[in-house]
Amino acid sequence: MSDLSFKPISLDTDIEERSRPSLSYWQDAWIRLRANKRAFTSLFVILGMLVFACAGPLVWRIDPDAQDLDQTSKPPWGDRNALVQTYEPWVGVVSGEPQGDNLAPQSLELVGNATTTNVRLVWGPVPNSKGYRIFRQIIEPRPGDPLGLPIGETKGSTSVSFEDRLDIKPKSYWYSVVAFNEEGEDFPEAATIKVDVAFSTTAANAVERGYIKDQNSVSVGDTIKVPLHPLGTDYLGRDMLARLMEGARISLFIGIVAPFLFVIAGVMYGSIAGFFGRNIDHILMRFADFVIALPFLLFMILFKLLFGIGPGESGILPMLVALVLLSWPGAARLVRGEILQIREEGYVEASRLLGTKTSRLILRHMIPNTMGVVLVTFTFAVPSAIFTEAFLSFIGMGVTAPTASWGSMCNDGIKTMESTPHELIFPALFISVTVLAFNFLGDGLRDALDARMRYGE
Amino acid sequence: MTRYVLWRLLQGVITVWFIATVTFFVMHNLPGDPLADDKAVSEKIRANLEEKLGLDKPVVEQYFIYMRNMVQGDFGLSFVHENRRVNEIIRDHFPVSAILGILAIVIAGFGGILWGALTALYRNRWPDIVIILLVILGISVPSFVFATVGQLVLVTMNNLAGFEVLPVAGWGTVAHMLIPALVLGLGTMAFLTRLMRTSMLEIVSSDFVRTAKAKGVPMAQIFSRHQLRNAVLPVVTVLGPSIAGITTGGFVVENVFGIPGLGRYFVLAVQQNDYGVIMGTTVFYGAFLVLMVILVDILYAVIDPRVRLE
Repeated sequence: MSDLSFKPISLDTDIEERSRPSLSYWQDAWIRLRANKRAFTSLFVILGMLVFACAGPLVWRIDPDAQDLDQTSKPPWGDRNALVQTYEPWVGVVSGEPQGDNLAPQSLELVGNATTTNVRLVWGPVPNSKGYRIFRQIIEPRPGDPLGLPIGETKGSTSVSFEDRLDIKPKSYWYSVVAFNEEGEDFPEAATIKVDVAFSTTAANAVERGYIKDQNSVSVGDTIKVPLHPLGTDYLGRDMLARLMEGARISLFIGIVAPFLFVIAGVMYGSIAGFFGRNIDHILMRFADFVIALPFLLFMILFKLLFGIGPGESGILPMLVALVLLSWPGAARLVRGEILQIREEGYVEASRLLGTKTSRLILRHMIPNTMGVVLVTFTFAVPSAIFTEAFLSFIGMGVTAPTASWGSMCNDGIKTMESTPHELIFPALFISVTVLAFNFLGDGLRDALDARMRYGE
Repeated sequence: MTRYVLWRLLQGVITVWFIATVTFFVMHNLPGDPLADDKAVSEKIRANLEEKLGLDKPVVEQYFIYMRNMVQGDFGLSFVHENRRVNEIIRDHFPVSAILGILAIVIAGFGGILWGALTALYRNRWPDIVIILLVILGISVPSFVFATVGQLVLVTMNNLAGFEVLPVAGWGTVAHMLIPALVLGLGTMAFLTRLMRTSMLEIVSSDFVRTAKAKGVPMAQIFSRHQLRNAVLPVVTVLGPSIAGITTGGFVVENVFGIPGLGRYFVLAVQQNDYGVIMGTTVFYGAFLVLMVILVDILYAVIDPRVRLE
C-alpha cells in the first residue's frame, strides 16, 4: 500500500454536520412530554391541586372546623337569602267537637308562612280519635309507603294543630297527619300536605351567627345574605371548600410523601441487590418476597398502636409508616432488574477499568440510569397510595373525625348521599381527578422516558 | 418443573411461617384485653378463662403451642365468641368471600381481556373511545363509591320496576352476588383492559400476524390463536396481585352490601381485639395469597412456553 492511498485532510473541514442541537436524555424527555397534550395537562392539574392544598387556605380563609348551623348539608346551589322574622310562641288551635265519620283529618293546611324557624299546621278534627300523629317526609309518600319521620303527637281529638321547629331545611317537605284511637293504633287514612319551606332567621340569631353586626340594623321582613359556601356545607354545617383544602393537604401528603419515601428505599435496596448479585441478591430478594406477602391492614393497626393512637383517632403517621415499610419491594424489584441490565453495559465496564470506586459506580453511573423507570414507578404509586388512604379512612382505620381527608369526607358523605349528594360528589371528584391526572402523567412519562418505545412509534 | 414447584412451595411455607410469627408477637403486644368485656368477671372465672385460652402460660410457650396446633390445621378458639373455633368461623365465612372473589375475578378477567382486545382492534374508532372512557372511570373512582352508587342504582331500579329485580343487600342466591361481584371486579377489570389494550396493540402490528394474514388464515383464527394468546400473557402475570387487591376490596364491598364474608368478619375481629380470629384469618389469608401467586406463576409457564421455570 503506497502513501498515495492516503490523503491528509485539513482540520478546518467539517467532518460531521449537526442538523439539530444535541440534547441530553432529560431535555429530550421534556420535549416529548410537552408534545403529549394529555400528560402535560395532567401535570398542570397536579400542580393546581398542590396549589389548592398549600395556597388555598390563604385565599379562602374560612375555618374548616367552624360550623354554620343555619346552613347544614346545604348544596352549593342553595338559596342564600334569609328572611328576617320574629318568633312568637303559638298556643295552637282547639276545634269544636268532630262531626261526620271521616277517618282522615280534613282540610290540612298551613298557618302563616312556612319558614325554617317554624312550620305551623292546622286540620279538622276526626271523630272517635284520641289524638293525632304528625309525620314529615322529604319525598312524596306513595300509598302504602311509610309516612316519614314521626315528629310529634297531640292528645285529644280537638287539639288540631302542630308546630314543627325540628331542624327544618329550606326545601320541600310532605307533612302527614294521622289520627289514632284509644289503643294508640293509627287510623288507616292520613292527610298529607306539601310544604315549601322558606329560609328565615331571627334578628337575634343573625347577630349571634355573625351575619349582621347590629340587631337594629334589620327589621322584620327584610332579606339578608347568609355566608357564601361555594361548594356547600356538610352535615355539621362546615364549609366544604375549606374542608376539601384541609383534606387535600392530608391526602396529597400521604399520596406523595409515602411513595417518595418507599421508592427511595426501593432504589437503594434494589440497587444493592442488583449490583452485588449472587447470594446477597438472592437473600435480599427473598426477604422482599416476604414483605410483599405481609397483610397491610394488620400492620396499619399495629403501627397505630405503637404510636399510641387509639381506635377512632386519626393515624396519619402510622399510615405513612405502614405504607413505606410494606410497599418498597415493588420498586426494589424493578430497580434490581434495571441494575442487573445496566451492570453489563459497556460504559460501566469502562468506568470500572478506569478504577472507579464501587460506591461512585453505583451512584454516578447506575442509579441515574434507572431514574426514568423510577420516576414512572413513583407516578403510578401515587394514585394507589391516595386510594389506600381513602380506603383506610373509609373503613375508619385512617383519618377520622374531626380531621378531614378526602377519604373520611367520602365516608361522611356516603351516609347522606341520597338527600345531599354534593357531600359525597365533591371529595370523590377530587380523588378521581387527582388519581386520573397521575395516571395520565405516568403514561406520558413512560412514553417520554422509555428508550424502548422511542423508535416504535 | 417439579423441582421448581417444590421450591416455590417451600418458599411459600417459610413465608406463611414468617407471617404467623410476626402476627403472633404483634398480637401479644397490642394493648387492650380481649377478656375485658362489659360483663364483670370474677378473679376465679378470669383465671379459668385464661387457662382455657392458654393465656396464663409464658408467651414463648404459647407461641410453640400455637404453631404446633397450626401445623395440624387447628387455629384455636375465638376469644370473644364463646366456644366458637376459628376453623368454624373460617369454614362458615370464607366460602362466601371466595365465591364473591372468584366471580369478581372471572368478570374482571374475561371483561378485561375482551374489552382490551376490542379497543385494540377498533383503535381510535367509537368502540375504542367509549370503552377507554369507561376504563378511565374505572381506574379513577374509589371502590367504595362504586359500591354505594351500585346500591343506589339497585334501589332505583327496584323502585321503578315496582318489584325486587335484584336484592339490594344480603346473601344467599345468585341474584345477591351479581352486583357486588361486578362492583368488586370493576377496578381490576379497568386495569386489565388497559394492559390488554397495550399488549394487543403491539401484537396487532407484529410480523407473525402479518405472515398469518398473508397466508390467508381466517380472521377469527388469527384473532384467537395468534393475537389473543400472545397478548394475554401480561394479563396473566398481574392476576396474582389482582387477587390480593380483590381480597382487600372485599372488605368494603362486603360491608356495604351486608355480605357475611370473612373480610367483614376480620374487620370486626380487629375492632373487638379477638386475637384468635385475627391470628387465624391473617395466617389463612396469607397462605391463600401465597398459594395463588405460586399458581399464577405456574400457569404463566403453561401458557407461555418461552418462560422456563428454574
